[in-house]
Amino acid sequence: VLNFKYRGSPLIPEMATQEVQLNETLAHLKTESETLKSKLEEERAKLHDVELHQVAEKVEGLGQFVMKTRRTLKGHGNKVLCMDWCKDKRRIVSSSQDGKVIVWDAFTTNKEHAVTMPCTWVMACAYAPSGCAVACGGLDNKCSVYPLSLDKNENLAAKKKSVAMHTNYLSACSFTNSDMQILTSSGDGTCALWDVESGQLLQSFHGHAADVLCLDLAPSETGNTFVSGGCDKKANVWDMRSGQCIQSFETHESDINSVRYYPSGDAFASGSDDATCRLYDLRADREVAIYSKESIIFGVSSVDFSLSGRLLFGGYNDYTINVWDVLKGTRVSILFGHENRVSTLRVSPDGTAFSTGSWDHTLRVCDDCYFLSNLTTLQPRVTFLVTSCNVCCFSLFFFFLSDLGLRMRTQRMKW
Amino acid sequence: GRDIIDWLIQKYNVSEEESLHVGGMLVKYGYIYPLKEPRSLVLRPDESPYRFQTPYFWTSTRWPASELDYGNAKNQTEGVRGYSVLHKRINHTWDFVVMQAREQLRASKQRRKADRIVLECQEQAYWLINRPPVRSLLLLCSTVMNQIETSRRALGRNRVKSSICLEGFVKYSEQYLNHDPIMQGCLPSNPWISDDTAHWTMNADMVPTPTRLRVERWSFSFMELLEDSMGRREFMTYLEKEFSAENLCFWQACEDVRHGESSRIVEKVEDIYKNFLAPGAARWVNIDSKTMDKTLEGIRHPHRFVMDDAQMHIYFLMKKDSYPRYLKSDLYKNMLAKAIVPQETKKSVFPFMRRQRHSSPSPAQAATQAEDGQAKGAGQAGTNSAVQLSA
Repeated sequence: VLNFKYRGSPLIPEMATQEVQLNETLAHLKTESETLKSKLEEERAKLHDVELHQVAEKVEGLGQFVMKTRRTLKGHGNKVLCMDWCKDKRRIVSSSQDGKVIVWDAFTTNKEHAVTMPCTWVMACAYAPSGCAVACGGLDNKCSVYPLSLDKNENLAAKKKSVAMHTNYLSACSFTNSDMQILTSSGDGTCALWDVESGQLLQSFHGHAADVLCLDLAPSETGNTFVSGGCDKKANVWDMRSGQCIQSFETHESDINSVRYYPSGDAFASGSDDATCRLYDLRADREVAIYSKESIIFGVSSVDFSLSGRLLFGGYNDYTINVWDVLKGTRVSILFGHENRVSTLRVSPDGTAFSTGSWDHTLRVCDDCYFLSNLTTLQPRVTFLVTSCNVCCFSLFFFFLSDLGLRMRTQRMKW
Repeated sequence: GRDIIDWLIQKYNVSEEESLHVGGMLVKYGYIYPLKEPRSLVLRPDESPYRFQTPYFWTSTRWPASELDYGNAKNQTEGVRGYSVLHKRINHTWDFVVMQAREQLRASKQRRKADRIVLECQEQAYWLINRPPVRSLLLLCSTVMNQIETSRRALGRNRVKSSICLEGFVKYSEQYLNHDPIMQGCLPSNPWISDDTAHWTMNADMVPTPTRLRVERWSFSFMELLEDSMGRREFMTYLEKEFSAENLCFWQACEDVRHGESSRIVEKVEDIYKNFLAPGAARWVNIDSKTMDKTLEGIRHPHRFVMDDAQMHIYFLMKKDSYPRYLKSDLYKNMLAKAIVPQETKKSVFPFMRRQRHSSPSPAQAATQAEDGQAKGAGQAGTNSAVQLSA
């Protein structure tokens, strides 16, 4: 088999003992971990005195929403993988499988900037808070920052700044409160905080046992925490300053593809390949709601809340978008629009619309159909218009008839 | 097909559209297959016949389609001639495998006993050394130890009763309901629907008069007030009247340290010390002695988070004291009174009469202009300029 020198037995039993010892230690550690976990579950259960839908019974129901696509952004030549809104509430940056990163004014649907990355599968992109730069990365294991230049002749790629460096693919990135720091998550199982100017690693976050797929920064007063979700089915909450994992939740049955904080910062939602979205409360330290339906069998790729936190939008792998009532746990709308998997979904900064990106190469900006919901106020006007239209039509018709009759009579007289 | 759709509607209590969608997926992934037109993987809501696929061939069973299976399938569709060609190819491979095994057995019988012992030991040693255990065992141990740490820390947490937490969600959504455009619409109109950007223009950073909803929102929480640049300006004006403006200036300067460039941290911390913390400083802030001592100690080796404790102290001071008084003040009440409530745009009943969509200046352009105008070293703790933060 190999060129291994036969040295006799002693070497082998020593190694065997070491292995046996390690196995014993591991067994002890595992039992201790399991005991602690069940104790933790007991403690968590003690304070769980009511369910969310029970508390929400007194809240008025929402009825059905009708969502409509307001803009379709066409221009990517391949699957759209990620998108982010600009703080100006109308611009969007999106990235796709063919390495293209495009900045759009979604309101006019004009493309404003385009960059071709040296790698394919650009899985993460983010808009800087100032609106002057975008960050992106993917299979190149890096996160690069491109300052947005208004000079049409200038090649954006020339000013590219390489910031983050991981040992596996980049799955998500986000600027913190300023253009100066970027938070990244990677297939190498870690998250990291970087200084944009120097490219220096400020803090790294270890604790996931597999690829980390998503992250979101907390909108809290002290602004020091973020949540990440991974292929190990865990959602971890981290302290950005110390690098410690301060809370961990493991109730999903498959990879967690997306995490998003509730607007108040007291909870976060997650979307997973197990076809459910879940809500975790940080103060109660537990999962408080599951959003699922028997007819939904495909995984969730992306989630986000509406501005008030009452609605949860989920993009699914069966090409649909499902909208959930966060408090009551019911689904209030389903949107069919994309022709392939929905890969990314974000609500705009002022909550006026939400945007989705899909493997069908397009992005869509969608909204509630007010015409239908405000039909009652419009009705008197509609009836008036319809009646006046009818009156006009009939009078025109009669005029036409009489005119025709007149002409025919003149014709006959001619003959 | 019709039966499938009806059954899905019944079972999942969904609409026809959704039932068609789910059923279509089942056909697409091969769990149900059409008998007529087998290549068209579509669910037809009519009399078209379908059949359930046997679990052996389900995608979820993850059975890699071997040559043999393909051979059988091909046999059904392409007749005897194709099958015999395939049979010959596979038979040849099988014979080869059998031949190899026989050869190995014969060779092993022929080897000398001593050689055989050596070979056995070599194999044993190889597997002992190259088996996963040792290295990955250590990794496993450290992962489990991490989990134990996290669990221990979690056990020590203070938890809040579910009823209190969940009540919080109800209150929050109620409070923000009128501010949620997707739920309640927005005035004068939602730009994405009406193509009119009036809503954005009215809520821009620098407007002479803000909207009523915006001013109301400042009363929801201290964070809302500070995150809105106009709100922050108003609050600064109020603090100046109260002679406690140095608190907000200090807070802004600390934010600048936390979120700014690494290279300028030392310089900024020095400025903060000179302006706010040094004895006899021009804008001295009132921090308790314990925090002050800790901060001064930390300043000797400045880092990004050195001002955190002091900043938090001042933040909560403003939140508990100045903020509630601001909300009761004439300054705020007057602002609320003169705030605009925009008129709802009359909706056009003819949806095809679309407005022209105007483009807006790119934030990148605005920033380059500002950069040219601003002097270097701006963002000083003393100035009142809005620091470039969120919003």
